[in-house]
Amino acid sequence: MSYRNPSTTPRQSATFDEYTLSEIRRAAATGIYDIRGGGAKRKVPHFDDLLFLGASVSRYPLEGYRETCGTGVVLGSRFASKPIELKIPITIAGMSFGSLSGPAKEALGRGATLAGTSTTTGDGGMTEEERGHSQTLVYQYLPSRYGMNPRDLRRADAIEIVVGQGAKPGGGGMLLGQKISDRVADMRTLPKGIDQRSACRHPDWTGPDDLEIKILELREITNWEKPIYIKVGGARPYYDTALAVKAGADVVVLDGMQGGTAATQEVFIEHVGQPTLACIRPAVKALQDLGMHRKVQLIVSGGIRNGADVAKALALGADAVSIGTAALIAIGDNDPRWEAEYQKLGSTAGAYDDWHEGQDPAGITTQDPELMKRVDPVDAGRRLANYLKVMTLEAQTIARACGKNHVHNLEPEDLCALTLESAAMAGVPLAGTDWVPGRNGF
Amino acid sequence: MPTFDLAECPLRDLNRALHEVTEGSNDITFDVLNPRGAHAVAVGVDAPIRVDVHGSVGYYCGGMNSEGVITVYGNAGPGVAENMMSGTVTIKGDASQYAGATGRGGLLVIDGNASSRCGISMKGIDIVVKGNIGHMSAFMAQSGNLVVLGDAGDALGDSLYEARLFVRGSVKSLGADCVQKEMREEHLILLQDLLDRAGFTDVSPNEFTRYGSARELYNFNIDNVDAY
Repeated sequence: MSYRNPSTTPRQSATFDEYTLSEIRRAAATGIYDIRGGGAKRKVPHFDDLLFLGASVSRYPLEGYRETCGTGVVLGSRFASKPIELKIPITIAGMSFGSLSGPAKEALGRGATLAGTSTTTGDGGMTEEERGHSQTLVYQYLPSRYGMNPRDLRRADAIEIVVGQGAKPGGGGMLLGQKISDRVADMRTLPKGIDQRSACRHPDWTGPDDLEIKILELREITNWEKPIYIKVGGARPYYDTALAVKAGADVVVLDGMQGGTAATQEVFIEHVGQPTLACIRPAVKALQDLGMHRKVQLIVSGGIRNGADVAKALALGADAVSIGTAALIAIGDNDPRWEAEYQKLGSTAGAYDDWHEGQDPAGITTQDPELMKRVDPVDAGRRLANYLKVMTLEAQTIARACGKNHVHNLEPEDLCALTLESAAMAGVPLAGTDWVPGRNGF
Repeated sequence: MPTFDLAECPLRDLNRALHEVTEGSNDITFDVLNPRGAHAVAVGVDAPIRVDVHGSVGYYCGGMNSEGVITVYGNAGPGVAENMMSGTVTIKGDASQYAGATGRGGLLVIDGNASSRCGISMKGIDIVVKGNIGHMSAFMAQSGNLVVLGDAGDALGDSLYEARLFVRGSVKSLGADCVQKEMREEHLILLQDLLDRAGFTDVSPNEFTRYGSARELYNFNIDNVDAY
């Protein structure tokens, strides 16, 4: 009779976990890095690690249904003769036609307009759908300059010079050939069906001194009417913000690593850039050091999901926030009703991120004429407007609870942090203490 | 003829006046004096007007020009005629970096030399340079024609798309995916027209070599990774 020692339970490696193993096998089989859409999926310190303190003996709250709490924001008041006035401090981030379908872009414009806010073009130029249905449209000025022309520049309400984005600070883009329809190819002045590279830096300026001159040119072309934003990825937020101000920006848009992209390398998305939470206070400090806080407005993006995130970003010093991924979810992206089709593509609702392949069952990140019919721009726009209004109500609810009659009156003193990391990043005390890690050398 | 002396009046006055020209305006010829390297001179022109700039300009002269005929009697700084849509920009001297960058139409003529990245990301513009051009010229050039009567620097046409490059002199090196191509009759006709429009009538199209995209990098292939 043989004897077998008792065996241990099979143990998966924490280092070589299931996802890591699948990626090694995928790389070995294909010989190419993984490309996907969206932002960082890894867990990083975020707004969930902060809490509002609310009113107490020393602070009295505002009555939720009787006392007003303002949400309006003016963007571009530094130099532009026609600054933008928005009803809510939540804007729609730049997303390209080409990456997104025409109906999806129209839905974003409709939803933003219903909610009283702005939407933004992307790396493919301005479409009639978007201009026609967006009361306030920000026109992105990107390194590729696809579709760039002075007519659209002049009919925009603001200009956003994109230096970088949170998902890939320092990276360009690639729209794969399968998404290059006749219309997309024509707008980008390239043949149909070829991969369209978007450069990682601008073709006609390098550095902040050049940028100042580029801004001068754009202001001269548009007769100093349009607010000029500078969008940067969350890399060196203090210096990037300071240099943007020095270059003459009206507005700085700061995009953390949870901010999405249409497509880039997984390794880039997950390993380059800083979390949104870590970027805000350095940027605000740069504005304060220059005496420009609230004069040059700060828009924060990257992982904004609800009114609490909005309120926390504003409390840390932002003037507004911007949403991209959340807006796509609101108009139908990754909706469980398409689960069977996500399964066929080897994914599942909520995790589908192969936006670059053009097979999006929800009809949003595609140029397939049949798939894009699944987006009803009117209905999807309504859903986006609903979502924006809910976020605004949530932010107001928190602001009133903190005794503020405008969401911009929220301040760091209204917050505490649940973790050492978030306390250090946000510059607010660890909950239950008066300790702000990193302040005063400790 | 309206004259703007930039030693006396602000740049804003000049560009505002150029933008206010409408169909039927009487004043459609403008003189600009003492530019002294000013940036953004005559940008955003959107009418068939003539602008003569007497002196050298800084960055982005003639930027986003539509229909205007702009002549600089001097040198031009970086980004001259960037993103031009139509019309003509002529530089009687030399041009700095990024001349004609991302231009979508029109004709840019440079009587002297052009520095690096001439025609970078061009999208339909025609550029004719009487002298030499610097390195990385026509990088990611998508469409249009770049004609060089002199020599070209390193990495000409790197990551080129469908733009056509014609060089009369030597090319120090070609960039990734840029190759020499056959000069066919259609190209000789095209080149002759470009030379005529640029006013360079003492050279023959037969003296030029054509370069274009090998189209090997149009769709990503891991086996081409060494080319990137």
